[in-house]
Amino acid sequence: MSEVAALPNGWQLIVGLEVHVELATKTKMFSASANRFGDEPNTNIDPVTLGLPGALPVLNQHAIELAMRIGLALNCKVQPCTFHRKNYFYPDLPKAYQITQYDHPLNIDGHLMLPGEVRIGIERAHLEEDTGKSTHFGGSSGRIHGSDYSLIDFNRAGVPLVEIVSRPDIRTSEQARQYVGELRSILLAVGASDAKMEEGSMRCDVNVSVHKPGTPFGTRCEIKNVNSIRSVGRAIDYEARRQVDVIEGGGTIRQETRHWDDATGRTETLRTKEDADDYRYFLEPDLVPLVPDQSWIDAVRAALPVLPAARRKALAELCGVDKDGESAIVVVERGQDDYVAAVVAAGGDPRRAVVYVQQAFAEQGATPKVPAKDLAALTILERDAKVTSTQAKTLLTDLIEAGGGDVSAMATKRGFEALDTSAVEAMVDAAIAAEPGAWQKYCNGEEKALGALVGAVMKSSKGKADGKVITALLQAKRP
Amino acid sequence: MAEKISKETVVKVSRLARLSLTTEETERMTAQLAGMLEHFRDIDALDLASVEPMTQPYPLKNVLRKDVELPSLDRDEVLDQAPAAESGRFRVPPTIGFDV
Repeated sequence: MSEVAALPNGWQLIVGLEVHVELATKTKMFSASANRFGDEPNTNIDPVTLGLPGALPVLNQHAIELAMRIGLALNCKVQPCTFHRKNYFYPDLPKAYQITQYDHPLNIDGHLMLPGEVRIGIERAHLEEDTGKSTHFGGSSGRIHGSDYSLIDFNRAGVPLVEIVSRPDIRTSEQARQYVGELRSILLAVGASDAKMEEGSMRCDVNVSVHKPGTPFGTRCEIKNVNSIRSVGRAIDYEARRQVDVIEGGGTIRQETRHWDDATGRTETLRTKEDADDYRYFLEPDLVPLVPDQSWIDAVRAALPVLPAARRKALAELCGVDKDGESAIVVVERGQDDYVAAVVAAGGDPRRAVVYVQQAFAEQGATPKVPAKDLAALTILERDAKVTSTQAKTLLTDLIEAGGGDVSAMATKRGFEALDTSAVEAMVDAAIAAEPGAWQKYCNGEEKALGALVGAVMKSSKGKADGKVITALLQAKRP
Repeated sequence: MAEKISKETVVKVSRLARLSLTTEETERMTAQLAGMLEHFRDIDALDLASVEPMTQPYPLKNVLRKDVELPSLDRDEVLDQAPAAESGRFRVPPTIGFDV
């Protein structure tokens, strides 16, 4: 996590995020052709997708359930809702309107918690459809400006989307990254989306403004093309500084849409908000209201899995680690918290279990091959100082390669025989005698001098002594 | 309901709808739209406080389908009917304005 300097002169950052996610359905929002990424262009098309005359949309029940899962996981109220047409002309939108939700969305008034009990409000999470994909040809940049023509693939047109709109409650780029990361974890946990930012199944639009506390929020700019969690942070930091520089230079911020360029690390004007924003919404006459009754909502809620925040908390309590710390986040994200619990249940040392899994099981998936009892045995060998932490790492690698096994036998095979404390103590005494200068400095409170003494013991034990044990003995001997 | 619709509004709406109207057509449309809005003024005059807003004339809700895939249209057949196609995709003139 890079530390970014706060804005100068008391300026405060205000960020709201609009996140679009493609739902993990088999078919589209309003028609039965496949929702599948990576297929040959225009092989998942039908009359509704293409906006052919007379074609009528019909809601996909599974898309609605996935959208309800998102809403409920984000503590939203799920309510009766309607669909609207958002009218604009663009070649990847064959009907010349997008079906979306306007004044009565499915999910409203939720929130998501960030580390440090920071609460980010969720204004709404509504259903809509994705557009087709345009590729621009000719011209110099490959971007739209100056291109000679475009080719359109409608496979993505009509794919179910949920747009999750946060309230402008985010105050730092770090919080924005945490928000996107946590949202992604939740989407994966509830099975609503594969949430792959690199494939565009999760896309962020970032609204940034600056103000001085106690004054109204400034004019905001919307940043598009932010395609990774890292870019979310970079784009916000750049844009906030740009706005402060403009205002302090005597200028004013125009409300506009800006494009994030990941290569140059800058945002640039895409369009100013004029007619493009006049979408003439009106009720979609081809769809009737969606009114989820309480029993449906209850059934969806009952089927929700335990959410990442609760799992991190449980893991943290089990293992004595920070619930917002790296090991809890990583292990839960990989779905390995149940495995860690099994290691602990098999008698393993909890803290070592979670750390081993975090550090060495990145490639193992939710159900690692190593039997929980074998990993448990290794944590106990290290805890009881039968092997050093360095030796334990070697054994961990052996254990993963072998897919399990008797760790005591592996330790013997490696020649990792435990040194008893009296042997180590003798070596510590020898090191003190051999390094009187270092010992004197250490006794005078120079902690840096410890390294030379520990190193000497390590050398004489040929690496078999445990660094922590040596340190503890030296500390005990310090007058 | 506000005053009659202005010619400027009609021009703006026609631009948003990508319609190019002649001066004569604009005059005619302005008059016709004003007539339609007049009708809504009649409704506005009624006391509708106890009437639920109607979003659909049909007494239906929750019309849903199962998430079951059906075959796609034939791509070649579809593209044959397009003004231009290339590499399995629709070919369209360059677009200016905005990039999504």
